[in-house]
Amino acid sequence: MARIIKYVFYDLLRTRFLLFYTLFLFVSTFALFQLDSDPNKVILSLMNIVLMVMPLISVVFATIHFYNSYEFIELMLAQPINRKVVFLSEYAGVALSLTSGFLIGVGVPILFYGAGHSAVMLLLVGTLLTIVFVSLAFLSSVLTRDKAKAIGIALLFWFYFSLIYDGLLLWIIYSFSDYPLEKVTLALVSLNPVDLGRIMMLLTLDVSALMGYTGAFYREFFGSYIGLLFSVGVLMLWIVIPTVLSVSIFSRKDL
Amino acid sequence: MRSQFYILLFLICPNVLSLEAKVIEVGPQKRILSIKEALLLAKPHDTILVHSGHYKEGNIRITQALTIIGKDYPILDGLNQVEIMTVLANDVTIKGFVFQNTGVSSMEDLAAIKANNAKRLLVTENRFIDSFFGIYFSHCKNSRIIANNLKASAKEEHRIGNGIHMWQSDSILVSKNEISGHRDGIYFEFVTHSVIEYNKSYKNLRYGLHFMFSHNDEYRYNHFSQNGAGVAVMYTQGVKMFNNVFEENWGDSAYGLLLKDIRDSEVVNNQFLKNSIAIYMEGSSRISFRKNTFRENGYGIRLQASCDENDFVQNNFQLNTFDMATNGNLVLNTINSNFWDRYEGYDLNKDGIGDVAYRPVSLYSMVVERVPGAMLLWRSFLVFLIDKAEKALPVVTPENLKDDRPSMKPYDFTQQSK
Repeated sequence: MARIIKYVFYDLLRTRFLLFYTLFLFVSTFALFQLDSDPNKVILSLMNIVLMVMPLISVVFATIHFYNSYEFIELMLAQPINRKVVFLSEYAGVALSLTSGFLIGVGVPILFYGAGHSAVMLLLVGTLLTIVFVSLAFLSSVLTRDKAKAIGIALLFWFYFSLIYDGLLLWIIYSFSDYPLEKVTLALVSLNPVDLGRIMMLLTLDVSALMGYTGAFYREFFGSYIGLLFSVGVLMLWIVIPTVLSVSIFSRKDL
Repeated sequence: MRSQFYILLFLICPNVLSLEAKVIEVGPQKRILSIKEALLLAKPHDTILVHSGHYKEGNIRITQALTIIGKDYPILDGLNQVEIMTVLANDVTIKGFVFQNTGVSSMEDLAAIKANNAKRLLVTENRFIDSFFGIYFSHCKNSRIIANNLKASAKEEHRIGNGIHMWQSDSILVSKNEISGHRDGIYFEFVTHSVIEYNKSYKNLRYGLHFMFSHNDEYRYNHFSQNGAGVAVMYTQGVKMFNNVFEENWGDSAYGLLLKDIRDSEVVNNQFLKNSIAIYMEGSSRISFRKNTFRENGYGIRLQASCDENDFVQNNFQLNTFDMATNGNLVLNTINSNFWDRYEGYDLNKDGIGDVAYRPVSLYSMVVERVPGAMLLWRSFLVFLIDKAEKALPVVTPENLKDDRPSMKPYDFTQQSK
């Protein structure tokens, strides 16, 4: 398995996309730190990148990559290797390379400028979200044979989680504003990895006091270790469930 | 000639004697051991010099004009039972004491120093440790409270009184005091023509400064930080607030400055830093806000629609989550020539004034005003899009709430404030 991951990784390096991605993150992070003296504001700007741009890049890139290496996968499967192993290696290769790209691109400037608690949270959220969206990309890839269709599905995932879902959530909050919604919204937020990541970030950035009673409830919940474990756990589920699903589809699939 | 001299001497002497006030010394090593004993011996305008020691004398009542000075900070202990000093005369000076452990009562307002119906008092350079009320004036005039340090460590609001508490007084100077851990740091009710300057009021359980019906007072160079609910002022006209700092009043109902029914006032050159809500205004009219800095607050200004004819001119708004929020569409206030760090307009003729108007109220702040829970979606892509769309084509946000001449550069107030 390790050897296949290695080949996938080399293959990714050869496309040079990964290098550009890392460089893009590196340069933009550095530029943000240069432009703004306040590290908290930089983290806020980076948060927008982490929550919007990175999932989009991850999901599209992983899908395209899967179809580009279709022949490689077929070749591998001609060998006496378990399908699951091939699929998981492919998955791990992409996830690892995107994550390391992110950690180097954003992490190094952050280390250089030495930001605190919120920066660590940013790196954690960014890493988890990258892997979540790689999982979703692989799921959309095994759902269909058509590359364009798969990219469509992947984009739909992204669109749904960053826009449509929030719209629905806003609608629910607005129309049921007379009811105590704290626990309900907590459950609803858990159903969206992007929202969950955003709230984890927001609470470290101390906007929580503005959120009134809801904010106090969230701060108490997410501020504790149990809350942190919960949110990381839920994000893990967001990684594991799509992956397990796609593995089972892939192993039964007629290639 | 000689007889004339004697006559002259005879005429002058009694006057000299009566003018030359006596000094009565009190101390563990002196002839007079207690302050109460000294008070019985003293004539008006005498000085009582109290040497350092631990005095447990119950309630000390001062009924004539006296100067009472503590040397090396003698301790007056109320043993958690009584009011320590009660002043009922004019021209009393109290200086250099440590007051500690007054009684705590929910029936009476026990204080370390309580003055009633007095004029020309001076309370200076004293320390107050765990007083219920610190300095309590009622019906006082022309008095000064300077350079005192008041510290309390109560945990619950109902077990503690205010630091400096004034009621129905006039022409008071409160200067250079440091107050922490009380219920309200400085509390005024019906106090007029007074000056409050260079005080530090922090970590009080409720408000750093709290006043009502206190007209024509001036607040300068004070520092209010980390108070439970910030600063709240109500039902007053002619308030002048210059060069104060309101800092880190952070919490669900904490305000940098809460203005309720304030009229004809000025708020100039103040700094509002890191408050949940820097200024919250309700029913206030004709207040001029000039040259203030709003930095890193949750809300810069929360302007309720019940306010009218207020001017916001030449203020800096930087790094606030929301610059301004309001709850209605009718706008009767003027906003002009401020600097907004979110401003995205241009300046073609390079005169330092943006050519496009800036709208400080975002749609989402209106939504949050109505449904606080919606703050949950803050900084999501959806909210970003909604705000952008609204900025391009205002539908919900008040049409007239805008700055027509936004400054392109932040103002530099540092020179004026020093």
